[in-house]
Parts: sequence; structure tokens; C-alpha cells
Amino acid sequence: MPSYVITEKCDGCKAQDKTACQYICPNDLMTLNRDLMKAYNQEPDQCWECYNCVKICPQQAIEIRAYQDFAPLGANVIPMRGTDSIMWTIKFRNGKLQRFKFPIRTTAEGSVDPYKGKPDADWAKIKQPGFFTTSKPMPVIKK
Amino acid sequence: MEKETCTFSFCKKPEIETVETDLLLIGGGMACCGAAFEAARWANPKKIKITMVDKAATDRSGAVAMGLSAINTYMGENDPVDYVKMVRNDLMGIVREDLIYDLGRHVDDSVQLFEEWGLPIWKLGDDGFSLDGFQAKEAGKGMLKDGGKPVRSGKWQIMINGESYKVIVAEAAKKALETNRAATGVKTNHYERVFIVKLYNDAKEPNRVAAAAGFSVRENKIYVFKAKAMVLAAGGAVNVFRPRSTQEGQGRAWYPVWNSGSGYALGLQAGAELTMMENRFVPARFKDGYGPVGAWFLFFKAKATNSLGEDYCANPEALAEAKAKYGKYVDNLGTAIRNHLMMRDMKLGKGPILMRTDQAMAAINKTFMEKLGEKEGAKKVKHLVAEAWEDFLDMAIGQAGLWAAKNVEPDKVPSEIMPTEPYLLGSHAGCAGFWCCGPDDLGAPEEWNKKWPAGNYNRQSTVKGLFMCGDICGASGHKFSSGSHAEGRIAAKAALAFMADNASYTPTINETPDHLAAELYLPFEVYEKYKTYTTAPEINPNYIKPKMLQTRLQKIADEYFGGISTWYMTSKTMLEEGLRLLQMLKEDTSKMAASNLHELMRCWENYHRILSVEAHARHILFREESRYPGYYYRGDFDLVDDKNWKCFVNSKYDLAKDTWEVKKVPYAQLVEDAAPVKH
Repeated sequence: MPSYVITEKCDGCKAQDKTACQYICPNDLMTLNRDLMKAYNQEPDQCWECYNCVKICPQQAIEIRAYQDFAPLGANVIPMRGTDSIMWTIKFRNGKLQRFKFPIRTTAEGSVDPYKGKPDADWAKIKQPGFFTTSKPMPVIKK
Repeated sequence: MEKETCTFSFCKKPEIETVETDLLLIGGGMACCGAAFEAARWANPKKIKITMVDKAATDRSGAVAMGLSAINTYMGENDPVDYVKMVRNDLMGIVREDLIYDLGRHVDDSVQLFEEWGLPIWKLGDDGFSLDGFQAKEAGKGMLKDGGKPVRSGKWQIMINGESYKVIVAEAAKKALETNRAATGVKTNHYERVFIVKLYNDAKEPNRVAAAAGFSVRENKIYVFKAKAMVLAAGGAVNVFRPRSTQEGQGRAWYPVWNSGSGYALGLQAGAELTMMENRFVPARFKDGYGPVGAWFLFFKAKATNSLGEDYCANPEALAEAKAKYGKYVDNLGTAIRNHLMMRDMKLGKGPILMRTDQAMAAINKTFMEKLGEKEGAKKVKHLVAEAWEDFLDMAIGQAGLWAAKNVEPDKVPSEIMPTEPYLLGSHAGCAGFWCCGPDDLGAPEEWNKKWPAGNYNRQSTVKGLFMCGDICGASGHKFSSGSHAEGRIAAKAALAFMADNASYTPTINETPDHLAAELYLPFEVYEKYKTYTTAPEINPNYIKPKMLQTRLQKIADEYFGGISTWYMTSKTMLEEGLRLLQMLKEDTSKMAASNLHELMRCWENYHRILSVEAHARHILFREESRYPGYYYRGDFDLVDDKNWKCFVNSKYDLAKDTWEVKKVPYAQLVEDAAPVKH
């Protein structure tokens, strides 16, 4: 299921105009209760468990409780996303723990320079197959 | 039934902003990120304005929002001709081979860019074992563009550490848009949290797209984007059929739950011709968590069997029975046929169907120990187990949670797999979408390029200026993430060529901004007008909330159009009854009600879902055969009938009259037959 927000940890991203989870949720689920200044998932049955709110929360206030219509209770999966890798801790229902660490990117965040070292677009070729980056002739189907 | 209108008598009129741009990109997923990257480079020197509109935050929007563990389309050493054969085989023989070949010859450039931008790609180590993206870098393995050897999990797939795949691709797209702002002096050209509801055609040229209207999901504001051309990539349709999990678990859709059919609905309302909308995808996935099975099948060589341990794809009786109805297509064991054979065993009570992860791991364990000795072997096995979990953690984290909740350790016990509810899409293993112009250098019929009525521009729909890519460019599946990015680039470049040839064009529409605002905000007006009539706003005879709209759609689709409850079975009589009920649902959309901006988005998303499903049902009704056994069956025509139906089915919707025209379009084979090429 759905993401849930731990009351004690959430500070409503108070310095921001919107919360981090609200900013990132691909399905517009996370919202802020302005009376409590705490975030919550407003439509739990539309949650994909993509964990983007969990990963982005600066307070680590968001976790996922598995979909109760098919998952037994007691397990959890918790990520810690760093700048170049992510750590996962998986707790099984029987208490067993597994930890994994995987790379997430080989460059610094924000360092992408999309056109660095790439050719300019040649408008004489706009109607030919290939991209502005293409240098070799494109293949065709041989009969 | 009395029709509701919005005069802003009850809800507040929103602010309206008109944005005049040149090329509008609708969507923010892989395809539009590709479009932004390619388009800005061509556009900047000519000061052409590019604008991207995304209903979410582009860092994590679209189908790759969670991440991916593999890139499923990378040619590398392969010939795109073989790629065409594989796709044609998997999609039961009827595909646009020009579009597929074109995709195949373009796709690697995008994958190589992803690696340059920072996506970690697994490489083959000197000992034949895989190295993750970091290990490969440390070991000095070259990049793909320099001939580095990726780890193939199948002929076309390469393994990645893809948690941040979309973040990285979005970063390049956002930077590209930034260069376009610098070149044109435009302040804003990237709109997040703006949901496009409808496209509008030109006031003077009815078959030309001129504007798109949407609203902010964050503030009371309507946007009208006027553009000289558009690239549409707003995704396929998910949760259109009643899902197997109907409570909170319905969020765990196999495909992204936010793909609401907007791509189809926006285009078809503008009058763009659809193709192969009868196609659907019913993936067999790990039950309930819908975690990926590809790596288990291809990389770990696991077998799926019925509960008696029998390979249901090798049962001679079942194969003979299938062959009698579906002919030569059975021999190639495409995805649909494998589903068909699996369900045969399920119906005979031989379920649950099991992925034998335990046996696969045991076999791997044995080989490693023999090859490497106990210590090194154990180390490699541990690495492999981590890779198996990463497959889930990169792209279906909920499946990892489900295994943990059920104490499933894949090396110890097998796991159940199950065919899901149907999905409509055109970039994964499906091909429902729009009929598009193709490249003119591949020997395709001239009707598909040089004689294209709207003009010979690659990926242009039948509506002038409206270009399609990703999930909604039809009859050309198996693009996946990389192919969608590449197709976005192809479409954007062609759209710029179109604009250059139509330089004097200025978009104008008949509708006033106030008219558009009233149309989009109708669900607010309806809600505010009636909400106090009853004591509980959820139960009110004067309107329908978005959740019920979706639930009724799912029930109709499931029960009449071949969903899970009938084992994907339908027929002329069932389709006609379902369409009758769907028509009433469509009428009821004039009484959709929203109490906030989130619900307003849900209302229109579900409206988009309804139109997508209607197209799907009308195509199935028209095609009098069962082209995709295992995905759906026409009980009244339970055969593959190549003699009469080896053709495309295309349709066109007339928005003003609310009518459909459906027709046959001849298929043309460009790549000759040969031994089928495996996945």
C-alpha cells in the first residue's frame, strides 16, 4: 500500500511552499494537512508503492505499509538514498533482515551537460533519418 | 437527462493564462524527455520555442518514475531486421515494420547518452560474471559507445542499476529546456503539475491541431497552450479493467497507475486515426505484487510450471488444441500464446502456476560451486541473490515488500505467477495507439509516408501538426523505455521539419479562453451547486464522483469486454451490451463532480480512461477473430483468421457527433520471414 507518514517525524517541510512528498509524488497523493502541518496520503488505493516520497523525505518520516488486501503484516522495506547509491533494508515477517546496496548514478547530481561535446544540429539534414548526434549513414532494410 | 453547464455561478472562476509557444510537448515521461533533448538542439539557433507540460514532477513522472532494472531495447551487435522479426512474432504478425525498424536503428544513441549522463550499466567482467555500474567503472570497462560489453539478460535487454534512471534522463531534458529558454528569452517553458484535458483544432483548418487546454493541480488556474505543432506522449491506460486487487492493492497495478489513457483520449478527440486498439497486454507476473519476471526467466533461467511440476508450454495435447485454432502462431510461443497455455492449466485446476526460483537458484549454485570452488562460488551466489532482489527494488519495490511479508526467500521456495488484468499501451509488449506516418526510406507503401494526407513527416498522426510517440504511436510495440526516448526524439525532429515548412502558420481556435475554463471546471460547478443537497457529499443523486466513475468503467470493461472475471472472453453480444452501458457512463460524465483540484484531475483522467476503453471495445467488436488468444478471446470467433484479418484495424472518432468509423487497412510485410527470433 500506501505510504504513511509518522506523525512525530513529519514537520510539514515548514520552510517550503510545499512539502517534498507533495512535490515528488507522481500520482498527486501526498498532501498537507494545514491545521496539523503534517503530510498524509490522500488516496491510498492509488499508491503504486514507488517509494519516491519515502526516498525524498528530509525527515525520513514516510514509510510504506504493504497492501493489506494481500500482504500479511509485519514486514517492511526501507531505503536510504544517497548521492551515488542506495541502501535497502528488508525486514521479513519472521524477523529476518537483508541489506543491499546498489549504485544509482556515476555522475554528480546536477552535473549533466546534455550538449557537451555534441555536434550542432545541421538543418540541411532535418528530413533525413538520424538525430543531430548521428554521424554515420543510417541503415535501411536490405531486400 | 438534463445537461449541466458551468457559468461560474457556484464555483469560482479561475485565472486563465494563454501561453504562445512553437512546439508543445505533452507529457514528461521518457518520450517527451527525449523530445525535449532533441528538439532544443535544432530549435535554439532558430529561436524556436519549446514548451513541456507534465502532470507530475518530471524527475519522477511517467512509466519509469520508480526506476527500472533493465533497458529492454538495445541493439548493440544485433541487426534491427531481427528486432522487427521478434516484435512481429510477439504481436501476432500485424505490426508496422517501418516504424519498428526505424526505432531499432535509432535507439542505441539514446542508451549511450543515458550512460554518459550517469546511468550505471552492468558490464561483462573478464571472468564472464557481471559487474554492476560501479564495479565496471573501477575495473576500467569501457562505455557502451566505446564498445563496452553490456550484460545481456536476453537478446535485446541489458541490465542496469536503474533506481535513478528517470531522474538522470529528466535532468538532461530539463537542461535542454533551459538552453531553449536562454536562446528564446522565454521565462518559463517547463510546466509541472499541469494536466492537459483536451486538444483543440484550428479555427480555419479543422484537421489541424492548434491548442491544448489544461489546469494546474496546485492552484486555481487554467492554461491554454497555443502551438504550431505538438508532440503527444501522455501514456497508455491503466486501471481501465477491474483489477484483481480491488481495494488498496489496486494501486499496485503492473503498469503505472497514473497512466490514465490521456494519450489516447487527447489524440482521438482531436480526430487522429487509431490503429490496433484491439490489442492489449496481459502480462503474467508474480501474483499481487506484479514484480517483473523477465530477469527470472531470461537471466536466472527459471522455469514456470503448473503445480504438478509440468511445463505448460510443452504439453503436446494443449499445443495441438491451440494450433487447431490459432495456427502457426502457436509454434513461436509468443507472450499471448504462453498466457493461453498457462490459463488452460489454471482452468483445469492445475494451479497455482509457479516460477521455480528455487530450482533455478539451486542449478546456479551447483554450477558456481563446480566452476569456482566453494568459497568463490558462495560469494558469486550471494552477489546473484542481491541481483535478484535489485530487480524488484529498482522497479517493483512492492513486490520485495510482499515477498518479505510472506517470508519468501526465492532460493528456498517458488513463487506464484498470474496473468494480470488487461492494460492498453503501445511501448511495452503491446501496440495499441495512433496510425502514424513512417520514414520514407524503408520501402514501406507510400500511403504510409510520401502520400500521408497530413504531410510526410515521421510519427505525424492523421491530424496535421500532431505527432505521437511512446505508448501511443501504434502498431509498433517493444520500444520500452529507451525506444520511447528515441521515438520522442524522432517525433520532435520531424515536428520541427513540419514547422519549418509551415513557417507562416499562426494557431487560432474558435473557443474563447472563458469557454475552455467553463468546460474544464464543470466538475467544480456541479459539485458546488449540489453539495449541500444531502448530508453526506459522497452520496448525492445529482452527480458522480471520480472514484465511482472509474469503478463503473472497470466493472463494464471487466464483465463485457473480456476482463479477468470471464477469463478474457467476450463476443459480439457481450461487447454490444457493454458499449450500451458505456454510452450511459459517458453521458454521466457531464455530471462528474470534484470537490478539490485533485479530484478534478481524477474526473478528467477517468474521462480519458472511458474514451480509451471505448476505442478498445469497438476495435475488438470490428475484428471478427481472436488475434491475441491469452489476452482476449472472441467466443464467437475463437480462431486466428489470417485469410480475412491479417490487416490493421483503424478507427476515427467524431467528437461533435460522438460516432466512430472503423475500417480495415492492408498490412504490408517489409522484412521477410525467417526463423523466429527469440526475446
